[in-house]
Amino acid sequence: MNFPEKLLYTKDHEWISVTGEKGHIGISDYAQTHLGDIVYIELPEMDMEATQGEAIGVIESVKAVASFLCPVGGTIVEVNEELEESPELLNQDPYENWIAVIELSDQKDLDKLMNAQTYAEYCQNLEETEG
Amino acid sequence: MSLKQTPLYPMHLKYNGKLIDFGGWELPVQYEGMGIIKEHHLVRESAGLFDVSHMGEVFIQGENAEAFVQNLICNDVKTIQDGQVLYSPMCYPDGGVVDDLLVYRYNRNKYLLVINAANVEKDFAWMTENLMAGVTADNVSAQYAQLALQGPQAQEILQKLSAVDLGSIKFFWFNPAVKISGVECIVSRTGYTGEDGFEIYVNPDKACFIWEEIMAAGGDMVAPVGLGARDSLRFEAKLPLYGQEIDKDISPLEAGLGFFVKLNTDDFIGKSALVQQKEAGLKRKLVEFSMIGKGIPRSHYEVYKDGQAIGHVTTGMHAPTFKKPIGLALINYEHSTPGTEIEIIIRNKAIPALVGQGIFYLKKTKSK
Repeated sequence: MNFPEKLLYTKDHEWISVTGEKGHIGISDYAQTHLGDIVYIELPEMDMEATQGEAIGVIESVKAVASFLCPVGGTIVEVNEELEESPELLNQDPYENWIAVIELSDQKDLDKLMNAQTYAEYCQNLEETEG
Repeated sequence: MSLKQTPLYPMHLKYNGKLIDFGGWELPVQYEGMGIIKEHHLVRESAGLFDVSHMGEVFIQGENAEAFVQNLICNDVKTIQDGQVLYSPMCYPDGGVVDDLLVYRYNRNKYLLVINAANVEKDFAWMTENLMAGVTADNVSAQYAQLALQGPQAQEILQKLSAVDLGSIKFFWFNPAVKISGVECIVSRTGYTGEDGFEIYVNPDKACFIWEEIMAAGGDMVAPVGLGARDSLRFEAKLPLYGQEIDKDISPLEAGLGFFVKLNTDDFIGKSALVQQKEAGLKRKLVEFSMIGKGIPRSHYEVYKDGQAIGHVTTGMHAPTFKKPIGLALINYEHSTPGTEIEIIIRNKAIPALVGQGIFYLKKTKSK
């Protein structure tokens, strides 16, 4: 499984790539593997304001419905509309195919996230307990 | 409480099945490197191999075997010959469904009933409760493993392993003694995918051997397929699933299974209730629908029209063959005409949908 070094991750398997005040956000390799074939996405709304952990979208696979939670608080300034036509892109490359861009309201929210190594260990633990 | 494993469990480990709890059984929802959609397409285009050992098998034998089966099921067992298979619902006195099943007729004194995994104990208790003199019912589920090889290439693959001309086993017929790689199996041309294919019943000790023989014979043409694709395949072919399209509160007439309910012949459990229901006119009906708005309909989502709840989705999903979401819903009869607009409640929003006809997959099973 893939855990790009430069990203920060949430325990619900979202990632954020921060550049200054903004960040690209998406779901991790662990998430897309466990969801299975993704067939539908409800993208976050443009200009919506969200708090850290708030459900801002929905991702559906053949068998499952999952909420996409906002990794940090802020305002959604861009969404990846290509995913509406081709949600399977999230399975193909969950890091290349970001879901939205958020303007952070509080940089300190990033402190609550995991780095790649911590997240990788976290996922390993989950795999072991889930079997 | 630990999960039950079928005799094919070692195969799921070997082929990297993603194991889940399926009604108390540890079975794969999909396999690594494939996934539900790829597995689904493989069955439609080539062949897929399923572990269906969790299904139940009951032998009904004795001089009154035919009378017993006839009374138990809605369909007419007298219409099948030795070696033939009959699909039927089995009802409670009030017309609700106990289960749907396959009846394999060996001869008029011997039948094999194949029942849903989730209902084995319940069905067997029901059969025992309704037993008559001159009949025995034996739950032999533990004595059989079951594999299903389904898809247009199924016969070509399986033929490599048998001297029996598999083309001679027609759709909904079986041969109780086919040697597959030297191992005697019951082989029927039946399945739950809408494709041509076979269901193979074998001694549990030989199940893994037969699985590997089929995998070797099929090579690139076959792969293991899990429960996820099993559901998407049967749904596309509009085959009912107990617990969704049929259950104790849904009659086979409401579920669109009237073809398998023979009201003009012998009595059976539930017949009078179904006759009454038919004469009074159905109050609810299972309809096909497609989505007008964006969203995926799923089991148990509510269906509305003009602000009123009119029913619920029995099964819905993104259909891999059609690449769009479709569904089945049990709704009030007055809205069941194709062309009627309805609404599916998805996450508290009413998404428009359209009742239709001929939306589902035309089964490619061979009759001749």
